[in-house]
Amino acid sequence: MTASLTLVIVAAVLFGAGIAVMLERSLTRVLIGFLLVGNGVNLFMFTMGGEPGLAPILADGVDPEDLSDPLPQAFILTAIVINLGITAFMLALIYRSWWLAQLGEAGDLIGDEDEMVEDAEEAADLIRSSAADERAIQEVLDASDEDGGRA
Amino acid sequence: MIFSLVAFAAVALVTPFAARPLGRRVFPIVAIVPTAVFGWLLTLVPAVAAGEVVTERIEWIRALDIALSFRLDALSLLLALVVTGIGALVLLYCTWYFRDDEPSLGRFAALLLAFAGVMLGLVTADDVYVLFTFWEATSVLSYLLIAHDAGRREARGAALQALTVTTFGGLTMLVGIVILAVAGGTTSISALVANPVTGLAGEVGIALVLVGAISKSALVPFHFWLPAAMAAPTPVSAYLHAAAMVKAGVYLVALLAPGYAELAVWHPVVIGIGGFTMLVGGWRALRQTDLKLLLAYGTVSQLGFLVLVVGQGTRDAALAGTALLLAHALFKAALFLTVGIVDHAAGTRDWRRLSGLGRRMPWLAAFATVAAASMAGVPPLLGFVAKEAVFSAQLEAGAAGEPWAWVALVAAVLGSMLTVAYSVRFVWGAFGTRPDVAPVELHREPALMSLAPALLAAASLVTAFATPAIEPLLATYAATLPGPDEYHLALWHGPEPALAISALVFGVGALLVWGRAAVARLQAAVPDWIEAARGYVHLVGAVDRGAARLTTFIQSGGLPGYLATIVAVFIVGLGGAAIMNDTLPAGIRFADGPAQPLVGLAMIVAAVAAVAMRQRIAAVLLVGATGYGMVLVFGMSGAPDLALTQALVETITIVVVVLVLRRLPRRVTTRRAVVRAPVRIAIGVLAGAVMAVLGVVALGARTAPSIAEGLTPLAIEAHAKNIVNALLVDLRAWDTLGEISVLVAVATGVASLIFVSGRMGGAPRLEGAGRRERLRPLPEQADSMRSARRRLADVEHETDAAAEAASTRQTWLLAGRTISPRNRSILVEVLVRLLFHPAIVVSVYLLFVGHNAPGGGFAGGLVAGLALVARYLAGGRYELGEAAPVDAGALLGTGLFLAAGTAASSLVFGLTVLESSWFEAEVPVLGTISIGTSTLFDIGVYLVVVGLVLDILRTLGAEIDRHMDDTGPDTVAEETAEVRA
Repeated sequence: MTASLTLVIVAAVLFGAGIAVMLERSLTRVLIGFLLVGNGVNLFMFTMGGEPGLAPILADGVDPEDLSDPLPQAFILTAIVINLGITAFMLALIYRSWWLAQLGEAGDLIGDEDEMVEDAEEAADLIRSSAADERAIQEVLDASDEDGGRA
Repeated sequence: MIFSLVAFAAVALVTPFAARPLGRRVFPIVAIVPTAVFGWLLTLVPAVAAGEVVTERIEWIRALDIALSFRLDALSLLLALVVTGIGALVLLYCTWYFRDDEPSLGRFAALLLAFAGVMLGLVTADDVYVLFTFWEATSVLSYLLIAHDAGRREARGAALQALTVTTFGGLTMLVGIVILAVAGGTTSISALVANPVTGLAGEVGIALVLVGAISKSALVPFHFWLPAAMAAPTPVSAYLHAAAMVKAGVYLVALLAPGYAELAVWHPVVIGIGGFTMLVGGWRALRQTDLKLLLAYGTVSQLGFLVLVVGQGTRDAALAGTALLLAHALFKAALFLTVGIVDHAAGTRDWRRLSGLGRRMPWLAAFATVAAASMAGVPPLLGFVAKEAVFSAQLEAGAAGEPWAWVALVAAVLGSMLTVAYSVRFVWGAFGTRPDVAPVELHREPALMSLAPALLAAASLVTAFATPAIEPLLATYAATLPGPDEYHLALWHGPEPALAISALVFGVGALLVWGRAAVARLQAAVPDWIEAARGYVHLVGAVDRGAARLTTFIQSGGLPGYLATIVAVFIVGLGGAAIMNDTLPAGIRFADGPAQPLVGLAMIVAAVAAVAMRQRIAAVLLVGATGYGMVLVFGMSGAPDLALTQALVETITIVVVVLVLRRLPRRVTTRRAVVRAPVRIAIGVLAGAVMAVLGVVALGARTAPSIAEGLTPLAIEAHAKNIVNALLVDLRAWDTLGEISVLVAVATGVASLIFVSGRMGGAPRLEGAGRRERLRPLPEQADSMRSARRRLADVEHETDAAAEAASTRQTWLLAGRTISPRNRSILVEVLVRLLFHPAIVVSVYLLFVGHNAPGGGFAGGLVAGLALVARYLAGGRYELGEAAPVDAGALLGTGLFLAAGTAASSLVFGLTVLESSWFEAEVPVLGTISIGTSTLFDIGVYLVVVGLVLDILRTLGAEIDRHMDDTGPDTVAEETAEVRA
């Protein structure tokens, strides 16, 4: 099997560029990265078909040997349509988060520090609560000890 | 047995419903179940005592050799009698313990009954995994019962402690069980005991199983959960934590002793820990002021004693141990139930505040005294009989040269002295008269409440004289262990060493009582170094805090951080593997054809520009450019289907993205980036490089011929010339079925996210535009149009007169007039009007020729979708409703139903799922087409794709339009105009 250097490089650039964009905090940028990665991966799959030939359609007088590999094509076709669906879904998420936030340009940013602080406090509350339960039963036990639980 | 278990489960399930009208009267009714089972078990005693074994078996998981097998031998029967007998009495006692207005009474009754059933299953199960299942079920039910009063903190804390400790032990035990079952080659307990697993597997397996037994029976260092569990209602304490659940560990030790008592690990654990526990429990019991806690520590002590005795591994010790088990169940249940009555009557369980109860509740005092005397081992009670047997067995085993027997004897004697002392403390504490304490005000309890303790105390007395009746059953179990079989249970054996030991025990016990003050001082002087409970609290706290810290550490960066981590793993993992790989492709071509490098260069430029571009819509258009580059690559490299699909999808994607982004601010802000730009770029470059290397290596690694050659005959067999389409709708149709299911889910998700209430239905329609009227000029007075027009007119700051003028213009599209004149383009309207119907025809054509030429359900559906997009863009949201007056969900559902139905229908014809069948026909224009099930499948795909696009348009297009109209004129309106123009 031989690879087309051009296609490998293009696929790699699309993929790398997509990843770089995806790592930003704006959901719109994540979507743009997703589209680039999607195209890059599809192209990558396409190179796996090896040397291209004729369209994989069994017309009269066509030697099956000359056809392109149809299997990656079937995979990619599915992937393209799924990408459309996921894109729409991400758009809905973007719009929804913007709609809920209504914070102008900060609307579609992914929250971080503030939310984490909240999460951590919630977890700490739960731990405190279960520790308080443990203490409560320990107090009951100590209370029954003749010297009232010295420890 | 299985029938009994089913009866327990069935009655427990209906109990909560029965309790609503019945109140506490539900208890005597449900008590019928354990009573009946108890009666049935009694009838089995003669046969089982004669050596008969009752077994039942239902195959369960054959592959793992797990069966619902049950076995009633002498030991199981004894335990089953204890579980059902005391269970029945405790349930009966509940009738007077609770009041009708007790919260969640029905649940409590159901849980207690279920517990009895589960316990019965535990002691009769013969399959180790079934036993384990019941074992864990008792832990869970115990948790729920302890936490009955969930409003109290201590109840919750105690329940959680009990659950944590016993499930920890249970899981440890599971590992041991698996080791034993695998090494022994069977899951049957009786077989594992008959042919014990020896060697390292046996030692490790048994050690782990013993950890389970120790934790369940509350032995040191797990003993602390049992006193804490006293937060449960008293009937629960009496049953679970005295008579039943804690006996599970003792039962397990007794069950395994015949096979495993010889192992090196056995005696140190069983006798060492058992003896130590007996002393620790007794020592602490002697300090308690809460009568219930006194009993709880006493139980800890007695459980250590029981494990120590039944674990000795001789015939006489087994006989003594089972007798002691029976005695303990009788007296401890009686004592707990007594405490419950005292607590109810006096309102406290603290003996320092009790005085004069003995005189005012003489009968109860008598029952409790009998039970406590049995606990202390006073003749003529069963406790005495059992204890005598214990001392004799230990002396005998010690004389036979078993060093651990002496350890056991010393622990038993010392522990028994403490037992005498705390037994006296209990009776004196509960019923004594203290001059310095004012007699408490008593709340009269129903006399029947004392029925259960009375029966249990009487049983302690009767069984002592009826040893010939109970001994055969116990002796049948004891005979499975080695040792001489001369010893018999009896009240009087004549003057013998055991009697002298008993006398010594009573003497020292009396001294401890007499020198109470001195003992208390001594106890206070000894440091509290057995503080497993505090250690546990610290351990759990440390685990909790550690988990919280770990979570904050791992989940630190929000979505970009996680993505960066995932990609970093990809780079390091796959990149590392790729570097170590040495398969390189046979050769590298620069490109396929002269145009490819040019297209590739354009795509690279567009992609890099998209990274740098801060404007949302510009970036999206650049991404679109890479997509159209893909179209060219596919088209030039023998993939017309891909080129067609990609072109259609790319167009729809751009439109949809712009539809949403028109509402968002134009530029993306960059403040507070989680992953900073240089890092981002570096990760992107590395990921791309790894991808490139992987691509080359993967191609080089392909040595076997492609399966593409095999696909040609398969496609011919599928009556298809287009191999890609044959793959999609026939050869790999499962995959496609999955994919369109995803599309349906995605469409539903999109609609759910945007529509605040109710995502069903189609795009909005013009009012009054039903059926035939749709073809006529629109009624001038249509309210929706009018109001829509007025709103838009306001936005545009135009006068009503101008809007009127606009509405009277000639229209090409049905809903064209709902758009303000400034946003209308007659040229676009005309084009769309002319192209829409041909486009639909083309889409259907693509659908049907797809089997033999480029096309198919996906491409056809996308063309139809694109036609809808055009109608929407030209005529607005009402136009979409007029163009596709159907429910998008109905399209999606019909499509999925058609595809899945086609897939399943082949089953009707005796074929496998998705197996195709055809008929061929000559059709004008289309040529020879073979209509087969795969064509029907493709129609399903077509409908799903159209439905998806329609759903996207009506939500991301029409619904967002409506939001914009509702929120009134703002900057957004200008952007709309911009997009439309």
